[in-house]
Amino acid sequence: MAVIFERTKGLTEVETHYCPGCTHGIIHRLVGEAMVELGILDNAIGVAPVGCSVFAYEYFNCDMHEAAHGRAPAVATGIKRVHPDNFVFTYQGDGDLASIGTAEIVHAAHRGEKISTIFVNNAIYGMTGGQMAPTTLIGQKTTTSPQGRTVEHSGMPIRMSELLATIDGAKFVERVAVNTPGNIRKAKRAIIEAFKVQLEGKGFGIVEVLSTCPTNWGMTAPESMKWLADNMIPYYPLGNFRRPEEAE
Amino acid sequence: MSKILMKGNEAIGAAAIQAGCRYFFGYPITPQSELPEYMARELPKVGGVYLQAESEVAAINMVYGAAGSGARVMTSSSSPGMSLKQEGISYIAGAELPCLIVNIMRGGPGLGSIQPSQTDYFQATRGGGNGDYRLVVYAPSDVQEMVDLIIEGFDVADQYRNPVMIAGDGMIGQMMEPVEFKTPVRRELAEKDWATTGTNGERERNIINSLYINPEDLEQHNIRLQAKYDLIKQNEVKVESYNIEDAELVIAAYGTTARIAKTAIAKLEEEGYKIGLIRPITLWPYPYDEFKKINPNCKAVLTAEMNTGQMIDDVKIAVEGKYPVHFYGRTGGMSPTPEEFIENIKKILGGEK
Repeated sequence: MAVIFERTKGLTEVETHYCPGCTHGIIHRLVGEAMVELGILDNAIGVAPVGCSVFAYEYFNCDMHEAAHGRAPAVATGIKRVHPDNFVFTYQGDGDLASIGTAEIVHAAHRGEKISTIFVNNAIYGMTGGQMAPTTLIGQKTTTSPQGRTVEHSGMPIRMSELLATIDGAKFVERVAVNTPGNIRKAKRAIIEAFKVQLEGKGFGIVEVLSTCPTNWGMTAPESMKWLADNMIPYYPLGNFRRPEEAE
Repeated sequence: MSKILMKGNEAIGAAAIQAGCRYFFGYPITPQSELPEYMARELPKVGGVYLQAESEVAAINMVYGAAGSGARVMTSSSSPGMSLKQEGISYIAGAELPCLIVNIMRGGPGLGSIQPSQTDYFQATRGGGNGDYRLVVYAPSDVQEMVDLIIEGFDVADQYRNPVMIAGDGMIGQMMEPVEFKTPVRRELAEKDWATTGTNGERERNIINSLYINPEDLEQHNIRLQAKYDLIKQNEVKVESYNIEDAELVIAAYGTTARIAKTAIAKLEEEGYKIGLIRPITLWPYPYDEFKKINPNCKAVLTAEMNTGQMIDDVKIAVEGKYPVHFYGRTGGMSPTPEEFIENIKKILGGEK
């Protein structure tokens, strides 16, 4: 019998702790597959964040660091400066990257740090039980915006890809989503392209992945996919914001 | 090798490079900026990397990354900046990574002043970051001792996989003194087979981490850490003592304060006083046992610090109530004088002889 699909060697053979319907599993697989296809798994050093993907160091099948909340880009900087020939990546959520870790991500990009970042944006704090994030949409109800987020109280949701694309050292910036098979294929292409930017020594690369949180959004998995398409994509448009040739 | 005249902060950099340190992550702050400036100038010449981080928070996390990757790495700051590094220091201690952290202390709290102080004794020896962890903390009292402790400190950090701190006051950082870079006696150190370097397909994954989600596992991790700290307490205490078996009063002081105390002791000896000195070189592990050697007829112990009384807690623990413990300190960036020492000591001993 022909094998048409198998678990990527980029991930360890353990069960993840993610909730049913959560898209972290898909994104992990894409990152693992990208590393295998580029032949960099044995050379890779990853940095896991604090948040839902805090245990990512258990899942990516390569050397890993667990960082303090928001500090993954600084930790990755330390690693990359010691091992410039290794492939170094961070995997961070929106609380980690867009809130507590804004200084670290902005300055890693600003220095043109030759690392790659996977930024998983699900518009909420998942691990701590569904609090408002800087990326939470206007009107979105969370445990700390029980009446729905308002502009008056919390401002507009922050668009990190657009912000980072203004920084010269950020040579690859793209926003993707993993809500449909087509979008998942595009997400993988973006991840591979971002990784190549590092491998070719061109600078910092980031892929923002719009993701779901059925548990804290209070929805089924299919409803979450639809909510992402109907609400997140209109505010967080998909597409490439920067590639090396444009960045020159 | 002959002696050369060097400013304390630059001597730190020269010693670190001699010790094999090739990575420095820092952020400018007075009164230690000559050190990152020295490293920015000198590290590239030896194939190393100096990087100015966006903040002390980022700098210490870069140290975490570099140390976890197997590098000999350091950072430096001064008091308010050191507060910002506490998060990273706790993670480094938890993940058992070796590194050297230099704190050239200035007056506090808050933004405080830029003048010398010893106000971070509690922060250095009692944690500062979260959790049950310890740093090896050295308090040199001259530039030569600082150089020697930095070179040994990197080895100690590697041997125990633990962060090591140099707690220097601003005086030591800023003063110029003759210093000799002796060929250091190096310790036998194990290979860093735990470091993240990429598996190269030849070994199991290495993971640098301080998270143990199961409480049973975290308890065991802490028990292991405590066993390591006990070993450090057994092996790494450093102290200088002077005339404590014979003294009518013993001064306990470290760093610059101890130097000033020595001047006062010499003057008092001319007047017929017998004054001893215990100078902890390691603030942690603390030289508690040294206090057991004090003359049983000693009338008092005087703790002297450039703060309002922090090490005095350790002195009280050490003397176990056998002697009254007094305190003399200047703070806010003010330094003690030998005359003030003499006045305090005479008052404690009941007036002029």
